[in-house]
Amino acid sequence: MLELKNISYGVSDAAVHKEIIKNISLTVGEHKFIVITGPNGGGKSTLAKLIAGIEKPTSGQIIFDGDDITEKGVTERANMGISYAFQQPVRFKGIQVLDLIRIASGRRITPADACEYLSEVGLCAKDYINREVNASLSGGELKRIEIATVLARGTRLSVFDEPEAGIDLWSFQNLIQVFERMQEKNETGTIIIISHQERILNIADEIVVLSNGEICEQGSREEILPGLLGTSSAVDACHKLKLKTY
Amino acid sequence: MIDELQKRILAEVADLHSVPEGAYNLRANGKLEGRNTTANIDIVSKSDGSGIDIYIKPNTKNESVHIPVVLSRSGLKELVYNDFHIGENSDVVIVAGCGIDNCGTQDSEHDGVHRFYVGRGARVKYVEKHYGSGHGEGRRILNPEAEIYMEDDSFMEMEMVQIKGVDSTDRKTRAELKPGARLVVRERLMTHNDQTAVSGYEVYLNGENASADVVSRSVARDSSYQKFDSKIIGNAPCSGHTECDAIIMDTARILAVPQLEANNLDAALIHEAAIGKIAGDQIVKLMTLGLTEEEAEEQIINGFLK
Repeated sequence: MLELKNISYGVSDAAVHKEIIKNISLTVGEHKFIVITGPNGGGKSTLAKLIAGIEKPTSGQIIFDGDDITEKGVTERANMGISYAFQQPVRFKGIQVLDLIRIASGRRITPADACEYLSEVGLCAKDYINREVNASLSGGELKRIEIATVLARGTRLSVFDEPEAGIDLWSFQNLIQVFERMQEKNETGTIIIISHQERILNIADEIVVLSNGEICEQGSREEILPGLLGTSSAVDACHKLKLKTY
Repeated sequence: MIDELQKRILAEVADLHSVPEGAYNLRANGKLEGRNTTANIDIVSKSDGSGIDIYIKPNTKNESVHIPVVLSRSGLKELVYNDFHIGENSDVVIVAGCGIDNCGTQDSEHDGVHRFYVGRGARVKYVEKHYGSGHGEGRRILNPEAEIYMEDDSFMEMEMVQIKGVDSTDRKTRAELKPGARLVVRERLMTHNDQTAVSGYEVYLNGENASADVVSRSVARDSSYQKFDSKIIGNAPCSGHTECDAIIMDTARILAVPQLEANNLDAALIHEAAIGKIAGDQIVKLMTLGLTEEEAEEQIINGFLK
């Protein structure tokens, strides 16, 4: 459903040119749960932005459901069926949670419908639909609302950029459960998650390891994960938490 | 009789689609077009013709007064004085909208001076909407002034909205609060083209435990200019907060001047002011949800001014 063909992306700054993504080719199938991992600065987030259309590749082609979308903008890609969850969810003064979910779903859904999506991410709708998406929400709450907007869109491809970044350990436990449920149901089409959390890697169908702008490993979880354990590409949230059950 | 154009303006400024319930005084093109009084609310024209007195009896509960003003003739300039005498322990809503439609070449101007005498323990919600329309070269000018005198333990909430079509506004609001009185102001403003809007507040907290919260949210587009000048003066143990939060666009300019003056050791006063453009990541986020850049901008502004 998604094909990246010889994608490169570089930035130039005062005569210095830096290649962030180097000639990557990747094919992603239907109904897959793919985790892209690798060391920090390896180009993972950039790759997610290239798929969503927030950044444009300097060369190469992106094919989505048979269409060449390389030149298409963010809005067009969104309307073709690509969703993108920000690593740092954006805050808005005045826009309420219900407004955001309505925009995401593209319909004037009722608070009861919104409840479906919010309960999916462990938030009680009546406490949240009228809250403003502003600094009064915690990092964990914002992350979950961000995920709820992606669920509300129900698109064929959803890309999550480090959903666990910047949240507390307690919220992390719940967040993992959200992705585990998404994986079990797998109704939402293909999911690509940028993450180096072992627990997210554990539920992947396929793992892609991106380092220094290149794919250095790619394959099924069974093939790839054992080699990553104990490296920065597969970290524990906290070894003490592992001993506890939630 | 009011015509279709005036009806449309009325709908904009007072959400009125027909004759309102309760007490009202409708002024159109400088003349009285309709009035209704109730057992508890009386409206009387001033003997010199300069405006009206509105008398609300003590203990009047859950009643409303509408005093919309409509100008649909080009070149009209008027100054009116409206005095509200709000009885002790009453609880009322006052809706005072003003709309100008100017299709002509001459300026139209409505300058309203509102004086509120809020009785002990009374609660007032005051809603004021300004609206301008018409494609004439004549400018649409509104200069409202308010003086507010609040007795012990009274409460007043003012909701002031000016979103569209007014070329020039110079608003002055002055309030004096006695012990236990509380004033809440929520101003929402959007300016376009070369419009100017100046909004000045002076709030005197004169009594123990008096409090005020004056908040403005505004959007300045095109080459418009806004000035928000809010001053809270604490003359007693009291608390005051004023805030200006503005979005700036295009080549607009905004001046925010929050001021605090504490004349008592136990006056707790806070001011905040923030001016900035729409954050790029806000637009990108809404675009990833399928909106165009323009739609995203509108959503952000609508939310901000909601």
